[in-house]
Amino acid sequence: MEVWGQLINTTLVFSTALIFAALGGMFSERSGVVNIGLEGLMVSGAFAAAVATYSASEAGFGSGSPWIGLIAAVVYGVLFSLLHAVATITFKSDQTVVGVVINILALGVAIYFTRSLYDGSVQTPQLYDVFSKVSIPLLSDIPILGEGFFHAYPTTYIVAILVAVSYFLLFKTPFGLRLRAVGEHPSSADTVGINVSRYRYIGVMLSGALAGLGGATITLTTTSSFAYNTISGQGFIALAALIFGKWNPLGLAGAAVFFGFAQAIRNFAQLFDWSKNIPTEVFYMLPYVLTLIVLAAAVGRSSAPSALGQPYDPARR
Amino acid sequence: MDTTKKIFNKSSLLVPLVSIVLGLIIGAIAMLAGGYNPILAYTSLFERLFGSPYHMGEAIRAITPLIFTGIAVAFAFRTGLFNIGVEGQFVMGMTGATLIGVLLDLPWYIHGPLAIVTGALFGGLWAGIVGFLKATRGVNEVISSIMLNWTALYLANYIVAAFLLEPGQQKSRPIHASALMHIDWLIELMDRARMHWGTLIALLGVGVFYLLLWRTKQGYELRAVGHNPDAALYAGMNVNRTIVKSMMISGVFAGLGGVFEVLGVFGNQTIMAASPGYGFDGIAVALLGGNTPVGVLLASILFGGLSYGSSGMSFGAGVPSEIVRIVIGSVIFFVAAHGIVKYMLKPFMQKRSADKRKEAA
Repeated sequence: MEVWGQLINTTLVFSTALIFAALGGMFSERSGVVNIGLEGLMVSGAFAAAVATYSASEAGFGSGSPWIGLIAAVVYGVLFSLLHAVATITFKSDQTVVGVVINILALGVAIYFTRSLYDGSVQTPQLYDVFSKVSIPLLSDIPILGEGFFHAYPTTYIVAILVAVSYFLLFKTPFGLRLRAVGEHPSSADTVGINVSRYRYIGVMLSGALAGLGGATITLTTTSSFAYNTISGQGFIALAALIFGKWNPLGLAGAAVFFGFAQAIRNFAQLFDWSKNIPTEVFYMLPYVLTLIVLAAAVGRSSAPSALGQPYDPARR
Repeated sequence: MDTTKKIFNKSSLLVPLVSIVLGLIIGAIAMLAGGYNPILAYTSLFERLFGSPYHMGEAIRAITPLIFTGIAVAFAFRTGLFNIGVEGQFVMGMTGATLIGVLLDLPWYIHGPLAIVTGALFGGLWAGIVGFLKATRGVNEVISSIMLNWTALYLANYIVAAFLLEPGQQKSRPIHASALMHIDWLIELMDRARMHWGTLIALLGVGVFYLLLWRTKQGYELRAVGHNPDAALYAGMNVNRTIVKSMMISGVFAGLGGVFEVLGVFGNQTIMAASPGYGFDGIAVALLGGNTPVGVLLASILFGGLSYGSSGMSFGAGVPSEIVRIVIGSVIFFVAAHGIVKYMLKPFMQKRSADKRKEAA
């Protein structure tokens, strides 16, 4: 029985990073900007978090270091997303192509500086100070569910709060209404005095901040260092979660938990009788194949923001 | 030759050239930031590339797969599809060729061609999945291809480990000599650099790319769908079938790239920790080359040369070879966001025309 509690727990660890990134993608895409660059933004966050946390530990910040890493990931993620924003919003470049370029560039920059900072090593040193799990009193004593849900990393609690906040922000505030208007019908939004570019910049920068947090989560809770394969497709799985969750914070969180489960099951394959003889490669493929199947099964393309992918040109409304 | 004229007209050539210069400058800035000497680094890069017949041959070896993946990406681009899955199709091409090369033992005139065709088909079918999912289920090809890239990597590793493994090693048994594509006399001539027939096939591929798209009815259809799917549909073209067809042709090009990596270069297939990356570089090549045959060829020479020469940079100037990823990434960033380049050039252009006006007056 204990295994099930641990499985839920590991699922949440993997889902947390996906939810962060998918929320980021949501803000960007709700404003009308496709963000294929989520993967690269996660790489940036993971890299910045590793470097900042390591340096903070060296400087004697102790258990406060991972928090400094989180802040660094947000700042660096936003900086990188600005490249995307300038190219796609101000200069109206193809959003998909720029996203792919962001992915290539983010990985190149991260690995180059990892090697020049740490004497040619292709990965950062193991971090001394990373997040440890926090138990919520009383609730964590509940059998199975307590172990599963209430004995988690701080980042998991943060992301749970952020899902609620994002939902409120998107559907209950003027800011959310305007952001959605810009993504659905930018020329109407412009007519009523909403600054389309400004809202799109905010959307893309939020995606940088949140995807950065997602990447940092993986460094600070799972791998404890940054290497070229720390982020391996999670940004794209987050995008799939966003589509499957119909660009809704609650929906994407549910989808991300499903994909998190697909990643977590890999670590438990050896513990169950039925899965012992399945080759490990099958479990490595599982998250990606499941994502593909889910995308093929998910109907309702119409739920994407209608101006998604189109640069806004006031001269052509 | 209208098309050649179009390729070489001034403004379309200006943006890529300026982007290359900007990319090299950003690379230099990154080197300064990391505490290295950019001038020494770039000099060592050129010395490595043109230093000896061996290195020149190896540079050609590094350029060859980029020609294949470059035309694969460019072909799909021309038909309105973004084939980011070239990476996975490349890996499937490797796997198909390795399977035939290791498991079968046939006379050379059947073995080699069969291995090549099998690898090409593996690549084509792998890409066909993406096209099929897009045509029938409306699945965005970017996300599905990324998922298939990872699937291909682990599937290839599984096939090598389960059926082809050289005992005690992390790679397949060697491919039979009858399927290998080495050019022995050229290898001798180039001081043992790994020269193979794939380079010639890649150049032929560039020609096929041109003929297929611009000289056949099918190619016209493919480009029409890429240009405006609604209009193509209205004109009676089967858009969905075109999408699948285009992806499969693109995948065949990508698969061929993988085929010659195993048949021409390595002679076996290793269990990979990450995919080889030629597919992603193919995107860079296609973008810089403007999806034209000549452009793709020139861009693959540039990026292949940079990638191979980067080992010279780390040898000569101690710069991590990943600097080249930053240079290539910056170059295609500027090509993709050409508005930025034009914006930066504007003051110079205006100044020039102002000067001209002054001269006239």
